[in-house]
Amino acid sequence: MSTAAEETALNALCGALGDEWVTESSEADRVGARRPKWVVHADGTERASAALRIAAEHGMSVVPRGGGSKLDRGESPERVDLLLDLSAADEVVEHAAGDLVVRAEAGAPLREVQRTVAAAGQQLSVEDPHPAATLGGVIATRSAGPCRHLHGGVRDLIIGITVVCADGTVASSGGKVVKNVAGYDLGKLFTGSYGTLGVVTEAIFRLHPLAEERRWVAVTLPDPRAAAEAARLLRISRAMPTAVELDRPAGRAPITVCAELEGRSGVTRERAAELASSLGEELGQTCEVSGTAPEWWGRLPGEPGTGTGIRMASRPADLAELLEGAGRVEDETGVELQLRGAAGLGVLDGWVPDGSPDESVAALVEGVRARAAALDGYTTVSRAPENVKRLVDVWGPVPSGALALMRRTKDQFDPERRLAPGRFVGGL
Amino acid sequence: MESTEPAPPTREGASADLDGCVELLGKLLPEESLITDRQRVRTYECDGLASYRTVPAAVVLPENAEQVRSAVAACSEHGVPFVARGSGTGLSAGALPRSDGVLIVTSKMRRILELDIANERAVVEPGVVNLDVTKAAAPHGYYFAPDPSSQQVCSVGGNVAENSGGAHCLKYGFTTNHVLAAQVVTADGELVELGGAAHDAPGYDLLGSFIGSEGTLGVVTSITVRLLRSPESVRTLLAGFPSTDEAGAAVSAMIAAGVTPAAVEMMDALSITAAEQAVRCGYPEGAGAVLVVELDGPRPEVERTFTEVWQHCDEHGAFEIRTAADETERALIWKGRKSAFAAVGRISRDYIVQDGVIPRTALPEVLRRIAELSAESGVRVANVFHAGDGNLHPLVLFDGSEPGAAERAEEVSGAILELCVEQGGSITGEHGVGADKVRYMGRMFTAEDLDVMQCVRCAFDPAGLCNPGKVFPTPRLCGEAPGRRRGVHPLTEAGLAEQF
Repeated sequence: MSTAAEETALNALCGALGDEWVTESSEADRVGARRPKWVVHADGTERASAALRIAAEHGMSVVPRGGGSKLDRGESPERVDLLLDLSAADEVVEHAAGDLVVRAEAGAPLREVQRTVAAAGQQLSVEDPHPAATLGGVIATRSAGPCRHLHGGVRDLIIGITVVCADGTVASSGGKVVKNVAGYDLGKLFTGSYGTLGVVTEAIFRLHPLAEERRWVAVTLPDPRAAAEAARLLRISRAMPTAVELDRPAGRAPITVCAELEGRSGVTRERAAELASSLGEELGQTCEVSGTAPEWWGRLPGEPGTGTGIRMASRPADLAELLEGAGRVEDETGVELQLRGAAGLGVLDGWVPDGSPDESVAALVEGVRARAAALDGYTTVSRAPENVKRLVDVWGPVPSGALALMRRTKDQFDPERRLAPGRFVGGL
Repeated sequence: MESTEPAPPTREGASADLDGCVELLGKLLPEESLITDRQRVRTYECDGLASYRTVPAAVVLPENAEQVRSAVAACSEHGVPFVARGSGTGLSAGALPRSDGVLIVTSKMRRILELDIANERAVVEPGVVNLDVTKAAAPHGYYFAPDPSSQQVCSVGGNVAENSGGAHCLKYGFTTNHVLAAQVVTADGELVELGGAAHDAPGYDLLGSFIGSEGTLGVVTSITVRLLRSPESVRTLLAGFPSTDEAGAAVSAMIAAGVTPAAVEMMDALSITAAEQAVRCGYPEGAGAVLVVELDGPRPEVERTFTEVWQHCDEHGAFEIRTAADETERALIWKGRKSAFAAVGRISRDYIVQDGVIPRTALPEVLRRIAELSAESGVRVANVFHAGDGNLHPLVLFDGSEPGAAERAEEVSGAILELCVEQGGSITGEHGVGADKVRYMGRMFTAEDLDVMQCVRCAFDPAGLCNPGKVFPTPRLCGEAPGRRRGVHPLTEAGLAEQF
């Protein structure tokens, strides 16, 4: 944009939104390698819509932000004029406890939503490792924690959504009833779309009752095959675990596999004891039962905001191959991973501290990616220093047929490619 | 009634060539897979909602994905609309054929391609009957969760199109929560894989958009479904209450106490009478409402919560509570509920099965309003519903031989839907919009909502050939910006499309 055009655009923004809603950007507002020109704050759907309308009129590209905890995810966008900050749209609009439904604005922190619904003994069965995560960010990046195992992900729990399109059009789909098949499901489409289709401004989720009692059953095994077998036994157990996770600390340490059980008080501890004893018998190992989660539970491996984080996935039954494959790539590249994640689902997060040569980290990503691909799985880079990102494809390949449809979808929702252009898979 | 057929918004300049399309289909498909004989194609003139009938121009019965692909490609090449159909059990005329189009019937595609117990999933062709998936998985201790009442005949492909639920979706969710991947043919005749082998692969969740799109985004040719571990324990209870208010209060108490039953079904006095006449289910005599509550899961949890449920029913006025001691008794309890729709035929010559959703907590008010509507109009309404999630199935009774009775019943049925929308609910919980409820979509969604949804349609099917006239009241010209439509849609203006 020329200086004159920039000034016209800024005036239009300030005119439509009010001066106090438009600010200069700072270094902290970077989206990957790009620093936006301005930060526009929106306190709800209406102001977000006005901002996007002005952006459309002046050809400005936009990236939405909630708590900013995952702004470094994905490729750096090709350009960012506006960072649309929704943290002022933070109202938990309605908690219909009797209907097990909550409706909240996108900028509402997940923690705040949880606090609200917990007052009625309920939970939104979505977890995010970042304390600042907002509902909008959770949707846009498809956050998941351990209970993804039993309750499904964001896409399985979202029942209604309001979005603002690239031209400022406001649209909703779904509603505030769980059972509803009227119209297309935009909630699922926008889940995990990284702000490239539109800006989520409000969402409605189904809730679950909070458990009265929780127990964790854990076993530590040195061998990846044995660990995968433990995960399999827990996964197929009729004890119906809420989650089956594993943790492999740095230095190729032994692997801890841990399942969470939830239920009625007094009863769940009995079940946990039973599960631990039957698992122990099968594995010939002692299994521990605990009333508290392991300290690593629900957290990403490594130091937040540093190093390189990757996600690798395969079919659940290929977990042993996934783990062994990662081990071989570690040997080949001399880079060591910390591993943690959903052993029951076959989705693991890996982390490499800063300090290894960028080329070696990139080789690790490519090596793990090749091995996961051989298992029909995938590998993505969750976070990495810019130097590493430059050497690898953050998202990895997406099958061409599906990618072509994704491209056509993007073209329909954002024909001018102004929403986080290039941040997502295949340069979308 | 013969349906109105909005023309598909075909690409500019392209004109439909039905004869050319049928000729091409004849070359591409084995002889027995193409039906054009007027008498034989008439068999397919309607789905489960028989009040809508249209005889298709041609019917194809492909035997594999490649034949589906070539059939769709032929339609695409000649600009001919097509409609996919599974077992034809849908209740919203979603598989209503077009007189100027081809009906693609998947009933010959009935193979379970893979049973992958190690990964708790199965790959099936679209014509596979829902219950057959469970039958195949059961010996291994697994089952397929979506259980629509028609599960003995309905197809998994149809479940995908409609995002089918069932009594147990309260706890386990709908078809969309149980499909990991699908191979689909898009409207231009391309085979595309949606979803993948591993969970949460990056990219837009096109699978989530496709499921429940009522056949408007393409034709599914194989489906990878999740299989769930059969529960260790299942307990079923039947409780008789003086009225639906007490029964509803008992459900509220369960939910407030943090119980998530696998299913909670309610029937009112009139539907109990019908079920009793039809199948002698032996429900508590004189009940104004019955609740069927089912719990499943690990045995100790189920035992504990079952006691709680029993107490909630007792405390809220249940005058009789029975528990199923074995599978036979459980089947008997379910018999009355499962036969309810058909049973109404015993007490009324004709009836409309409605499908609306309200927030569960609005139940007492909505039932009162339905009773008022019924009293004012003299039209009897029997209520059967999924009480846990507020999905109502009012059965609106009438005698079609009586002049004006069908219209009065339609009016009451429509007023019930209005009531659902007014309460913040939905015009359909599981039967779909199809052709039947297109006219109500504008009550639930704004023009902008519908336009933006149709962006997805335009990505998958820019020519609008795939099941046109369903779900959306007004077709959207692809390339048009949402909410920026000026004046009347050209198709409406030309008298080709009806605007509801």
